[in-house]
Amino acid sequence: MNQFINKNLYGDYGDKEQATGASGTHNTANEWPLWEVFIRSKAGLDHKHAGSLHAADAKMAVENARDVYTRRMEGVSIWVVESKYVHASDPFEAASMYEPANDKVYRHPTFYNLPDELTHM
Amino acid sequence: MNQLTYTLQIADNALILGHRISEWCGHGPILEQDIAITNTSLDHLGQARSLYQHAADMFNALPAEEKKTLFVSAALQAKIAKDEKIDEDDLAYLRDGWDFRNVLLTEQPNKDWGYTVVRSFFYDAYNFYFYTELQKSKDTVLAAIAEKSLKEVTYHLRWSSEWMIRLGDGTAESKARMQEAVNHNWAYTGELFEMTTADKEMLAAGMGVDLNAIKTQWQKRVDAVLEEATLSIPANAWMHSGGKEGRHSEHLGYILTELQFMQRAYPDMEW
Amino acid sequence: MTVHSFQEHFDAKIDSEVMIEPRDWMPDDYRKTLIRQISQHAHSEIVGMLPEGNWITRAPSLRRKAVLLAKVQDEGGHGLYLYSAAETLGITRDEMYDQLHTGKAKYSSIFNYPTITWADMGAIGWLVDGAAIMNQVPLCRTSYGPYARAMVRVCKEESFHQRQGFEIMMTLANGTDIQKKMAQDALNRWWWPSIMMFGPNDADSPHTAQSMRWRIKRFTNDELRQKFIDVTVEQAKLIGLTVPDPDLKWNQERGHYDFGPINWDEFWNVVKGNGPCNKERLEARKNAWENGAWVRDAAMAYSEKRKARKENKETKAA
Repeated sequence: MNQFINKNLYGDYGDKEQATGASGTHNTANEWPLWEVFIRSKAGLDHKHAGSLHAADAKMAVENARDVYTRRMEGVSIWVVESKYVHASDPFEAASMYEPANDKVYRHPTFYNLPDELTHM
Repeated sequence: MNQLTYTLQIADNALILGHRISEWCGHGPILEQDIAITNTSLDHLGQARSLYQHAADMFNALPAEEKKTLFVSAALQAKIAKDEKIDEDDLAYLRDGWDFRNVLLTEQPNKDWGYTVVRSFFYDAYNFYFYTELQKSKDTVLAAIAEKSLKEVTYHLRWSSEWMIRLGDGTAESKARMQEAVNHNWAYTGELFEMTTADKEMLAAGMGVDLNAIKTQWQKRVDAVLEEATLSIPANAWMHSGGKEGRHSEHLGYILTELQFMQRAYPDMEW
Repeated sequence: MTVHSFQEHFDAKIDSEVMIEPRDWMPDDYRKTLIRQISQHAHSEIVGMLPEGNWITRAPSLRRKAVLLAKVQDEGGHGLYLYSAAETLGITRDEMYDQLHTGKAKYSSIFNYPTITWADMGAIGWLVDGAAIMNQVPLCRTSYGPYARAMVRVCKEESFHQRQGFEIMMTLANGTDIQKKMAQDALNRWWWPSIMMFGPNDADSPHTAQSMRWRIKRFTNDELRQKFIDVTVEQAKLIGLTVPDPDLKWNQERGHYDFGPINWDEFWNVVKGNGPCNKERLEARKNAWENGAWVRDAAMAYSEKRKARKENKETKAA
C-alpha cells in the first residue's frame, strides 16, 4: 500500500516531498485552540454546526465566528465550544448504536393506516 | 457650504482610515483576524461612500459660482467648468491633499498590529460618541447615516478595546510595543476634538456634534481601557493638528498616490 | 475487525457514495492524499489573496474597491474553511503553515504571476476563478465529508467572484481604446496560465485513477480543461476579446474546441519556483506570519492570565 497520489486539485503542484501531517517538526504548542462554531440562522431554528476556527479565548471565538461565518447575514446567534470538549459516539459502534432503531417503524406516524377522511390529526 | 465641508470631514476620516486598514488584507497576524479587520475596513469604506454621495448631492445643488470656489484640484475644476455633476468617486479620487479634511490620526501608518489597534481604538472611541450624537442631527441624511454606522462602530470599538487589553496585558514584548504605539498615536488625538468653523456652524444649526461634550466621554472610556490594558497616557501633552484644515502629514500624499492612481492616469473613464 | 475488513467496509462505503467522516477508519494513503490536497487548496486560497490584494489600494472606484476587498477577504475565509477541514485529519494549521513556509507544500502556480494592470483583476476573476469553479463544483460531492461541506460553502460564496471579474472585463471591453487594450493584454497574459491550472494531461498523470477510485476527484484534468475552454471562448466572443491561441478551432465532430499545445516547460518551471513572483508571494506569507507571532503569543498569554486570575478568585471565594 504505497501509492502516492501526487496530483489532485488544480493539477500537480509537484510536492512529492510534502510532509504528510502530524510531522512534529514544528512547535505548535502556542497555537490558538480550535473551536467548533454553531450558528442559529434565524430565530426559531436550531443552532447548526457551521465549521471551526482558532481563537485565544471564548470571547474571541464568538467574535471570530461573527466575522468568519456570518459575513453574509447567515446568523442571529452563535455558540462556540472548544473542540477538545466535544464528546462523540464511536463510529465503530454505529451498528449497535443506530441499527436497532431500524425495525421500530411504529415510532413514525406513517406506520398507522387511517382513513383519508380523518382530518386534524 | 459648512454642511458640505462638515460631511467631507466625516467622509474623509472614514475613507482614509478604511484605506489604511485595507492594507492589512492578506497580511494579518492570523487568518481569523485578517478577515475580521477587513470587515472593519469595509464598514469604513461603506460609510465613506454614503457620506460622499450626500456631499456630492449638496455640491451639485450649489450655484455655479460657488462651486468654483470650493476645491483646488484642476481635474475637479475641469468638470465643474463643463457643468458636469460630480459623484462619490470624484470626491474621493479627484481632490488633492489640501482638499482632504481627515484628522491626522487616520493617515498614520499601520506599522504593526499594535499601532493599528491603538489608532483604531482612539478613533473608534471618538467615532462611537460622535455618531451617537450625530443621530440627533437635523440633517436627516446625516442622522440616518449615523444611526446605521453606529451599529458598525459599536463593534469596532469592542474589537479594538479588547485588543488593547489583550496586547497591553499580554507578554512583556506586547506591552512594550503597545505602550510605544500609544505614545506615538496619542499626539494625534487632540485634533479629534478641535472645532473648525464647519463644526461650530453645524453645531449652532442643530446639525452637528459638540466635540467638547464628547471629549469627556471619550477620555473616560480611554482611561478605563488603558487601565485594564495596564498602559499609560504619555507625559508629553503636545498635540499635532492641521488635518481638518487641509494641512496634512507626508503620509497622505502617498495614500492619495495609490488611491487616485487609476483615475489620474486614465481620466474620464468608466470602470 | 481486521484491517482487511476495515478496508472492505471503507471500499463499500465509497462505492455506495456514503461519505467518509473524520472518526471513520480510512486507509493511510487516503488520509495523506486528502491532507495534501486540502492543504494545497487552502494554501492556494491564502496565497491567492496576494496578487489581487495588490490592487485593493489602487482600485479605480469606491464600488470596485469594496467589491475587491470583499472578494479577497472571501478567499481568506475559504482558506480558513479548508484548513479546518484538513485539521479534522490530524494535522494542525501551524504544521500546514510550516510546510508552506519551508517550501514543502505547494499552491496553485497561477498565483506566481504578477498583477500588472487593473484589468488583471478582471482576468483573475473571470479566468482563474472560472477555472477554480470548474474544479470546485465537483468537489462538493467529494467522498470526505468535511472537505465536501467546506466546498459547498466555498462554492456558494464563490459565485459572485467570477461575475465581478467578468463585469470588470466587460466594462473595459466596452470602454475606451486604452481600456480595450488593457483588457486584451490581461487576457493574453492570463489565458495560458489559466489553462495550465487544470494540471498535466491525463496521459502524464498516472495517479488520477486512484483519486477517481476514492471519489476524491470526479473528473480528469483534461475533461475539466476542455469544459473550461468551451465555455470561456464563447464568453470572450461575447465581449469582443480574442483568445490568444491561433490553433483554437471548433471541432464539429468532437463537439468541442480544439486548442494549441500547452507550454508545460513554463508550467513546471513556475512550479519549481522560477515563476515571476514565487519569491515575493512566499516572502509575503512568511512576513505576515512572523510579524504576527508576538500578537498571537500575547493573546494566548492574556487568555491564560485571565484564566488563572479567575481560578484564583474562585479558590479564594471557596
